[in-house]
Amino acid sequence: MNRLRMQDMKILVASLVLFGILMALLGGGVLGAFWEFNLILLGINIIMSVSLNLINGYTGQFSLGHAGFMAIGAYMSAVLTTNFQVPFLGALIAGGLAAMLLGLLIGLPTLRLRGDYLAIATLGLGEIIRITIMNIQYVGGAAGFMGIPHKTTFTWVFFVMLFVLFFVKNFINSSHGRACIAVRENEIAAEAMGINTTKYKVMAFAIGAGFAGVAGGLFAHCFYIINPTSFTFMASFNYLIMVVLGGLGSITGSIAGAVVLTGVSAALADLPEFRMIIFSLVLILLMFYRPQGLFGYMEAADMKWIKRLKGGRK
Amino acid sequence: MELLRAQNVSKMFGGLKAVSDFDVYINKGELVGLIGPNGAGKTTAFNLLTGVYQPTTGSIDFDGKSLVGLKPYEITQRGIARTFQNIRLFSELSVIDNVKIAHHSHVKYGVMESVFRLGRYFNEEAEIEHEAIELLKIFKLDDKKDEIAKNLPYGAQRRLEIARALAAKPKLLLLDEPAAGMNPQETQELMQMIRWIREEFGLTVLLIEHDMSLVMGICERIYVLEYGSVIARGTPQEIKNDPEVIRAYLGGEAIN
Repeated sequence: MNRLRMQDMKILVASLVLFGILMALLGGGVLGAFWEFNLILLGINIIMSVSLNLINGYTGQFSLGHAGFMAIGAYMSAVLTTNFQVPFLGALIAGGLAAMLLGLLIGLPTLRLRGDYLAIATLGLGEIIRITIMNIQYVGGAAGFMGIPHKTTFTWVFFVMLFVLFFVKNFINSSHGRACIAVRENEIAAEAMGINTTKYKVMAFAIGAGFAGVAGGLFAHCFYIINPTSFTFMASFNYLIMVVLGGLGSITGSIAGAVVLTGVSAALADLPEFRMIIFSLVLILLMFYRPQGLFGYMEAADMKWIKRLKGGRK
Repeated sequence: MELLRAQNVSKMFGGLKAVSDFDVYINKGELVGLIGPNGAGKTTAFNLLTGVYQPTTGSIDFDGKSLVGLKPYEITQRGIARTFQNIRLFSELSVIDNVKIAHHSHVKYGVMESVFRLGRYFNEEAEIEHEAIELLKIFKLDDKKDEIAKNLPYGAQRRLEIARALAAKPKLLLLDEPAAGMNPQETQELMQMIRWIREEFGLTVLLIEHDMSLVMGICERIYVLEYGSVIARGTPQEIKNDPEVIRAYLGGEAIN
C-alpha cells in the first residue's frame, strides 16, 4: 500500500477511535446533554470553517457571505424533510446541492471582483439571501420555520464532518487544489502557467458553498425551528474568525479555530454580553502576535514540534 | 518551419502607442533575442504574445493558428510559456510545488478522482513528482525542493521561474530578462543552461535581455525595438554594426 493511502488510513482510524471514545462518554452519561449539543455545534462549525477556508484561505477569495449559503441548505433540507418526508440524507444532499448551485450562479459574476470589492459583494449577497427568506411566507418568514424533525445526532455530524475534511484535504492535495492555491499566490503567474483562474475560483466557491449548505441542513435538524436571524452577517463573521484564528490555508488550523471559538462560546454561555468583547480582544492580540493565525499555512503534521514528538523523522 | 508570426501588431494605451507595427517571425528551434532601450515596448510585446494584453490591431499566429482573443491560460495550453521580468513565483509555496503547479494543463485526472483518490490519481501524481524533481535537477534546485520559494537567493529564484515555465511543456519559451540581477558568472552559467535546455527539450526560445554579452553570445537572430517599433533585425554581427541601433543606444550624435 502506498504512503498516501497509509496516511489516510491512519487518520481514519484515529478519527474512529476519537468517535468511539466520545460516543462511550456520551452513552455512559459522563458527558451530558449540554456537551452533546456543543459537540454537534462544534462539528457543524468545523464544516463551516473548513469550507470557508477553501474559499478564503486556499483560493484567496475573500468571502463574507458564508452564512447565506448555510441558510439555503438549512431551509432547503428542512422543507424537504418536514413537508415532503424526504429521508434525512437526501435532504442534506439536496440542501448542499442547492447552496452549491447558488454559489455557482453568484460566483461567476462576483469572482471577477478582487479583495475588498468581493468582500462587500459577498456580504451583500448573504444579507440578500437572509432577507429574501424572511419574506417568503411558505417557510415562515421572520417568525421562522417550525416543526422540523429532530434528526441531527452526534453520529451524523461526526461522519459528515469526516467526509468534508477528507474531501477538502484530498482536493487540496491534487493538481486542482494546487491550481486554487496558485490563484491565491499570484493570479497572473497562475494564468501564465495554464490555469483557468476563473474556473478554479468558481469551483472553490461552489464547493465551499455546497458544504456550507450541508452544514446548514445539519444545523436545521438540531432544533425544531430555524429562524433567519441565525444566518446574519454576524454568523458569517464568526466563521471568518474561526478561519483567520486557525490560519488561512490550514485544515487543522480551521479545526482548531472552530474548537477554540465554540469552546469559548460554550464557556461564556452565561455571560453573553462579554462574549463579543472577549472575541474582539482575542482577535486583536492574535493580529499583534500571530498575524498568520495559529497554524499559518501549515498543517499540524508539518509542524516542527509535532515532528519531534513523532520521533524526529525526516 | 515557422512557429510564431506576429504581423502589424499594435497596442494603444489610450493615446500612447506602446507597440506599433510589430512584425516578428520565429522559426522552429531558433533562439531569438529582443532588445531595446528601457521603455521600448519589449515587455508589452511579450504580454501581447501571451494574451495578457489584446492587440489593438494585427494578427499573431502560433503553430498555424491565431492567438488573438485567447486568454493567457489558453495560450499556455497551446504551448507558449513565459517567465516574468519582475519575478512572479508562488512565493509562499515550496520550490517543488511551484513546478508541480505548472504541470496543471497536462493533468488528466478529474476533481472527483482526486477527492476519492481513484484511478489515475496516484500514478499521475507520482509522475508529476518525478518530472518535477528531474526539472529541478537540471536547474540545480533539487536539494532545495522543500524550501519556500521566497527564501531562495535571487539567482535561484530566476532559475526556478525557468524550471516552472518548462514544466508547462511549451514549444516556445519566452524569457523576460532572465539574467537581470545576476552576476557575470551566473550569467555565463545561465547562457550554458539556456543553450542546453533548448537542445534537450527541442525548444524555441525568444528572450528579452539587457545583458549584451548574453544576447550576442547565444541568440541566432535579434530584433531591436525602439519606441514600440522594430528598428533593426538580423544576426548579432549585423545588429552590432547597424547605425540605427548604435543611434538608439548611444544617442544621435554618435553617427552624425
